[in-house]
Amino acid sequence: MDMDLKTLTYIAVFGSFALYFAIAWWARAGSTSEFYAAGGGVGPVANGIAIGADWMSAASFISMAGLISFLGYGGSVFLMGWTGGYVLLAMLLAPYLRKHGKFTVPEFIGDRYYSKAARIVAVACLIIASLTYIIGQMKGVGVAFSRFLEVDYGLGLGIGMAVVWVYAVMGGMKGITYTQIAQYVVLIFAYTVPAVFISLHLTGNPIPQLGLGSTMSDGSGVYLLDKLDMVVTDLGFKEYTTAKLGSSVNMFAYTLSLMIGTAGLPHVIMRFFTVPSVKAARASAGYALVFIALLYTVAPAVGAMARLNLMNTIEPTPGQSLVYDERPQWFKDWEVTGLLKFEDKNGDGKIQYTSNDDTNEMVKVDRDIMVLANPAIANLPNWVIALVAAGGLAAALSTAAGLLLAISSSISHDLMKGVLTPNISEKNELLSSRIIMTLAILVSGYLGLNPPGFAAGTVALAFGLAASSIFPALMMGIFSKKISGHAAVAGMCSGIGITMLYVFQHKGIMFIPGTAFLGGMQPNWFMGISPNAFGVVGAIVNFSVAFIVSKITGPAPKEIQQLVENFRIPAGSGSAHNH
Amino acid sequence: MSTKSTSYWQENIRLIIKCLIIWFIVSFGCGLLFVEQLNTIRLGGYKLGFWFAQQGSIYVFVALVFYYSHAMNKLDAKYGVEEE
Repeated sequence: MDMDLKTLTYIAVFGSFALYFAIAWWARAGSTSEFYAAGGGVGPVANGIAIGADWMSAASFISMAGLISFLGYGGSVFLMGWTGGYVLLAMLLAPYLRKHGKFTVPEFIGDRYYSKAARIVAVACLIIASLTYIIGQMKGVGVAFSRFLEVDYGLGLGIGMAVVWVYAVMGGMKGITYTQIAQYVVLIFAYTVPAVFISLHLTGNPIPQLGLGSTMSDGSGVYLLDKLDMVVTDLGFKEYTTAKLGSSVNMFAYTLSLMIGTAGLPHVIMRFFTVPSVKAARASAGYALVFIALLYTVAPAVGAMARLNLMNTIEPTPGQSLVYDERPQWFKDWEVTGLLKFEDKNGDGKIQYTSNDDTNEMVKVDRDIMVLANPAIANLPNWVIALVAAGGLAAALSTAAGLLLAISSSISHDLMKGVLTPNISEKNELLSSRIIMTLAILVSGYLGLNPPGFAAGTVALAFGLAASSIFPALMMGIFSKKISGHAAVAGMCSGIGITMLYVFQHKGIMFIPGTAFLGGMQPNWFMGISPNAFGVVGAIVNFSVAFIVSKITGPAPKEIQQLVENFRIPAGSGSAHNH
Repeated sequence: MSTKSTSYWQENIRLIIKCLIIWFIVSFGCGLLFVEQLNTIRLGGYKLGFWFAQQGSIYVFVALVFYYSHAMNKLDAKYGVEEE
């Protein structure tokens, strides 16, 4: 990396931070209503953009295209799963939760199931799911800093913690909302600009979604995807456009788990409490999906084109491998990080990249480098690379802030105000949620600094937990008037229980031995379903147990049935309010 | 429960089921279960099943959410349960 790139990167990163601070100062929160729900005054388009930034994390920005790059068609589970969940959210949950008009997901569960136990179980699910997620974001911040600004990983993490502390603690939901809007703009720009350049270069079509379906611009008239299929199968890899992720059953379960997990993630759901009406809640789900789809429909193009560029670099013409000493600069840069590794097994000084472990000499190609190295692989100008650094940080910070708010509100509002110290004043509740948020930043920073070996595995667990506990509890609470509090508690506990059991069973208790996020298929998996895809089975268990227990314990009381009837119709909604 | 709000809710459920059938067909149907059959058809350089899995399903999801939002606003007005 030359000085020039480093200076540009500093300007892009710290310029974007200055912008976030200015916004946070302008939109600082003065009341619990502003802190938890931005005063209920966020318009549907603004909320849609904020949900987009909230949702698209370091995983979406950095990892997803890389996953697709190596999984090909199998990577579709992430694309369909992480967008299809918004259809469920928009139709099954968001409008009714908004109508009920409280601040947090556990509060809704506590009200609907007239049970403090249910509320506490929901808080526990929420904290486990959110905390595991933040660790990933903190790691992303540390990695982005150390890679692009060449500072120590720990120092980079510390800077990230400080930045998020300033605007999340000061601004609460209000500050976070407006900061997320700025972060969305930065991240979508940083994601699409390199994609447009690369698509233009490879196919002559500047729109990546169309470029992916176009012919190569080299005059051969061959379609890009056909060319990619040919290149990878020549080297013994599975055909790109048909390679499955395990079995069809596994892909089905995986997609459905990600969908219902997405719909059940509390930091996304709580964004719907910030809009002024039920009508706005429905609309903002649509806008959110538009802003998410902008990245998610570009990602498959980024993945496929990056794979093709990588293959073409290593094997410029079929059978003619790259001489190691002539490797390009980006190759050397990533070798230094250890994420790209070459081993000259046959001693010919050339790079052979094949699917056969005995002859393959690219012994490590980390999938995360695909997005980050993409601009360099495609010889794009330095300012594009600087932009990618700022975009990756925006994605990680915006998601971390949303998760921190979900955690602090569930502790200060649900545990303290709701259960332990009901007489707490609004001023003290606001103070305590700021203190709790500070503690949550410190805990997640500590865990990010000492990344538990299971960090990658826990991302899947977060979805599994949300899918098997929160989503069924919310859905039943809305679509059944009769399901009882005992039933909900039993359902949530058994759904989570069986999901965790299955995950631990196949990945080790707390994931301690080397766990691969996408490990190989194993013969003893239940119906060939991988642990990451098991959330849907947990959800089915949750529904079934709740149904049986409800039959035994009898229906919810009349006033609760009245409550359900009330939040099913939009009329009479106010902004999200305190008791 | 009044008959008015009962039929409002039933119409809403019918609408949701209708939308979710389409949701299922474009993703699980076209993108997964019938992907091989659809892959024999081409959409430019895309195999059609692959296109549904990585592009088409997402576009349909967006359209579905807006359609539902629009249809529900009309339903609210029809039953007079819209917000003030």
